[in-house]
Amino acid sequence: MVENYKGLGMVIEPRQSVSIWRAGLAPVWAILASMAICAVLIAWAGASVLNAYALLIKGAFGSSFAIKETLTRSIPLIFTGLAVSVAFRAKFYNIGAEGQLYAGALAATFFGTGLITLPPVLMIPLLIITGAIAGGALLIVPVLLKTHLKVDEVVTTLLLNFVVLLLVSYLIEGPWKDPMSLGWPQAASIIDEGVFPLLLEKGRLHLGLIIAILFAILVWLMMRFTVLGYEIRAVGYNAKAAEFAGINVNRTVIITALISGGLAGIAGVSETAGLKGYLTLDLSPGFGYTGIAVAMLAQLNPLAVIPAAIFLSAVYVGSDAMSRAVNIPTYIADVLVGVSVLAVLCSVMFSQYRIRWLK
Amino acid sequence: MAAAPILEFRGVTKRFGALTANDNISLSLGQGEVLALLGENGAGKTTLMNILFGHYQADEGEILVDGEALPPGSTQAAISAGIGMVHQHFTLADNLTVLENITVGTESLWSWRQGNQANREKLARMIEDYGLVVDPDALVSTLSVGERQRVEILKALYRDARILILDEPTAVLTPQEADRLFETLKSITAKGLAVIFISHKLHEILAISTKVAVLRRGAIVGTLATKDAKREQLAELMVGRVVTRPKLSAVKRGAPVLEISNLSTSGGGSAALKNVDLVIHANEIVGIAGVAGNGQAVLADTLSGLIGNFSGSVNINGKELAAGDPRSIVASGVGRIPEDRHARGMIGDMEIWENLISEDLRSSDISYGGMVINGDRARERASEQIKEFDVRCEGPEAETKLLSGGNMQKLILSRALSRNPSFILANQPVRGLDEGAIAYVQGRLLEARQAGAAILLISEDLDELMSLTDRIAVIYHGNLSTPEPPEKRSIAEIGLMMAGQSQNNGGELQGVGHGY
Amino acid sequence: MSDLFEILFTAGFWAATIRIVSPLIFGTLGELICERAGVLNLGIEGIMTVGAMAGWMWVYQGGDLWTGVIFAACVGALFGLLHAIFTVHLCLSQHVTGIGITLFGSSLSYFIYRMLLPDATTPPKIEPFEPLLIPWFSDLPIVGEALFSQTALTYLALLTVPVVWYVLYRTPVGLAVRMSGENPVAVEAQGINVLAVRTGAVMVGSALMAIGGAFITMSWFDAFYFGMINGRGWICVALVIFASWQPGKALLGALLFAGLEAMQVRAQQSAGAIIPYQFFLMLPYIMSIVAMIVMARKTKYPQALLVPFRRGERV
Repeated sequence: MVENYKGLGMVIEPRQSVSIWRAGLAPVWAILASMAICAVLIAWAGASVLNAYALLIKGAFGSSFAIKETLTRSIPLIFTGLAVSVAFRAKFYNIGAEGQLYAGALAATFFGTGLITLPPVLMIPLLIITGAIAGGALLIVPVLLKTHLKVDEVVTTLLLNFVVLLLVSYLIEGPWKDPMSLGWPQAASIIDEGVFPLLLEKGRLHLGLIIAILFAILVWLMMRFTVLGYEIRAVGYNAKAAEFAGINVNRTVIITALISGGLAGIAGVSETAGLKGYLTLDLSPGFGYTGIAVAMLAQLNPLAVIPAAIFLSAVYVGSDAMSRAVNIPTYIADVLVGVSVLAVLCSVMFSQYRIRWLK
Repeated sequence: MAAAPILEFRGVTKRFGALTANDNISLSLGQGEVLALLGENGAGKTTLMNILFGHYQADEGEILVDGEALPPGSTQAAISAGIGMVHQHFTLADNLTVLENITVGTESLWSWRQGNQANREKLARMIEDYGLVVDPDALVSTLSVGERQRVEILKALYRDARILILDEPTAVLTPQEADRLFETLKSITAKGLAVIFISHKLHEILAISTKVAVLRRGAIVGTLATKDAKREQLAELMVGRVVTRPKLSAVKRGAPVLEISNLSTSGGGSAALKNVDLVIHANEIVGIAGVAGNGQAVLADTLSGLIGNFSGSVNINGKELAAGDPRSIVASGVGRIPEDRHARGMIGDMEIWENLISEDLRSSDISYGGMVINGDRARERASEQIKEFDVRCEGPEAETKLLSGGNMQKLILSRALSRNPSFILANQPVRGLDEGAIAYVQGRLLEARQAGAAILLISEDLDELMSLTDRIAVIYHGNLSTPEPPEKRSIAEIGLMMAGQSQNNGGELQGVGHGY
Repeated sequence: MSDLFEILFTAGFWAATIRIVSPLIFGTLGELICERAGVLNLGIEGIMTVGAMAGWMWVYQGGDLWTGVIFAACVGALFGLLHAIFTVHLCLSQHVTGIGITLFGSSLSYFIYRMLLPDATTPPKIEPFEPLLIPWFSDLPIVGEALFSQTALTYLALLTVPVVWYVLYRTPVGLAVRMSGENPVAVEAQGINVLAVRTGAVMVGSALMAIGGAFITMSWFDAFYFGMINGRGWICVALVIFASWQPGKALLGALLFAGLEAMQVRAQQSAGAIIPYQFFLMLPYIMSIVAMIVMARKTKYPQALLVPFRRGERV
């Protein structure tokens, strides 16, 4: 019970039982609250709120092209959302999914632009594995600093994002620059064998979606049924008790970090080899950071990451269409993502606690 | 003395969810009186005092100081009404100085400077008046437990407290330190202050108080003048039923199980172990007494596998201890009961069955190939253990944090004992439990002794050690004395050894504690 | 290499260092105040962005410079209040809340900027703070240009260091703040409202962060660009650790970083042909990580950092 606000005539106390639907509904409330807050900005911009949201939904789901686009944009978000949810489960605050995504893209570019040529059935898995290794490798320094020197991982992972982006910038302006790109800073194209095949004839929806869903299921199975998943959860809930029980806490955190970085790295492979075909500096408009919102909306549940990613992807795709139609800055989508992180924190809390008004 | 009471509780009731922690409590206290609040753990003594001091707000009832109602839920109001509290868990900031700890909150927050000189002089006067010697500029982290308690008392006196609450003040002290505290209390009451003294130790209450109020399950079951009170009568009032704590039965001790020789750890100052030797045999309980922070936690952590870095040797059943590897230690036949069940023992956010498999996750019984958990088997095993150890819960899938302290301890006990360990490490196994649960836990430990286990019992409760162990050793500054049967040493002797002021049986003179 | 060494003796280098250090001082001290009270504020990057936008926009819309700084501080304090409501009052995760505030604050700044200036292709400019020459002192060689020919906001930054030090170590409210970060229960037991102390500290700290942001658009540059904070907030968080939570060391750490950055800009000009500019730009981020590693073993964290305080909770 929290009696912080007795002066205001209320106490906050835990609910005796949290029903599954109440817990499941928490993100929905958060989304509604975020949309209500953004409605203020939309109204300020002089647009009709209902009309704007109708346009947003239409822009995201209104045509088969829109749906395909929304699903395509959700692919990297599923991967980064999974990366964040695994890490946060162990209370390892990996805010570096953005950098790990680019690390994966770098690996895909390094191996996929002609260094190795294999048939697609081998080439695509090879790119995924190397991307995952690169993404995980980027977390080795932050995680070892955390486990061995107790250096806060939030700051180190954040700072590495900037370092990796500068490295990418250097490579695609320098040694890896595609000579055919007419001065535009981009790397050479992924060879045909490495490009993810399209799922449908029209549009850009590619194999990445299937792989992303597959990984979501794998991660869910791992967290729920395996010894490793148990250890990750135990370390996250109570590291001291986990240590006492004989779980190697440092080892578990390190493995968690590698899995997390690996998943984010695959996002980079998927964007490079699946969507764009080559590495550029605008490969990710902040998918790594949006992954935090995805994971929070999913309440760190790997399966729930899929709908959460599709939702936020719809916000981005839909708001592009909306802002064109009613002249609202596209940053409205980023605002909604930011607000939703805060809103979901609140709504999850109030699914577990309630306010009791005193007579 | 029929003067008007300076403090009065009227019908105070406090509920935590479904639990009624204080039920319609009415009490009064006059100047110069020492009121003892007696009750077992969980009877509601601390809750009542937390209401008085403004940490909690009562659901019903009121508190009067000098006949005026005390504004509820405000520590500030309680302090200005002249109430001071010495918390059981000291409320001190380790990295700040004694002076800072005492003066925080005594000046207007918006003044531009601290009246350091005046504060210093006032504190010096208090230190002299009450004989509570402590260095104002020392960091709290460098103080001993006894000194910290003095800082807590000074904190209250500095705010001109007229009513001083002491919550289980002797729990962490040696018997001699406790005597000194009683002297201090006498000088305090002689100056006209009233004292509320919380304890569950009958002899202390009979020694210090003028009036006793007995709490049981949140309600007052008796108030009487100490001079009319008898020990047995109080005990019965407190527990409400006759709970006999189990006693040692005669059994012949077996072969050595735990053999520690020349064990030392590095770092940690007075908590580091220094050349510890100890042998515990089958069918034997050896107790360790000592003031917290003298190395017992380090010893427990070493035997639990949390500390892997030490010199010397530790053998269990003739095999070397798997240093720093709790899982192997458990597998080699060690059962461990940790000191803090919430922080170390159980993971509150996990289900009961999950907690019960935490020590043997990768065993073939619980997992397929050490990789995938056999959930059905784990739940089945949990059900058996819940039944065998009489844990009151909704079933193996209940959330662990919803359990009461006693039930949680039974879970820990079942995890430690169900594999019939040959060595059991029990670190404060009954701390904070009610009499029923205490009797249960102690009974289980004695059963294990009967069945041939060697048991190391670490406790701060000397009475418990005297009645439950075959031999007692005292730990001070990381030195462990030779264990002797309880009848060979008096409580006073053990108390002196806990303060480092005695020759131990090794014949070597121990260092003298600073400040005593 | 001798070029680099000579840079150390140019007034321009030192002037740039002092200019660059100002936002770092504001940000680092702001974060330091929050953490001293026990609250990690990872909203810093967003709050600096908000401050940069708010102060600049105020002036662009016709306000004067000083009220612009005050406006930025107020908006920063509001974001601090939001952070405090989440972390101090509702006891929610300080990590996630901070990241949420950063995402929200920076995206909101960009949204508002675009909203008010939809058609601006090249960033419009304002009249920023002018250098304020201190009579006589500004004529001194090197020191004159470096220390006494800066803008008023820079002098304010340098002045903030002793002020924050004095308040934290020499006033009752500073003691209450420090103790809230060490043991909130002890503060409460002395009759002080911990929640109020922490809320106040986070708001004041956030206001300082916002002024740090405003410095960049109102004193260093004269326009607002997207991504202009560019990780400076995170560097401040690292600097707090590097400074072991002490204001004086924070100034030292910030100077070190600013010097490095000023050096970097100059080195880029002389060595740019050999070493790509990206590697120079990486330096502050890598140095921040190195700084945390160097101090990791020595620092004494505020013991109640990240620990929420719940009044009336059963222990």
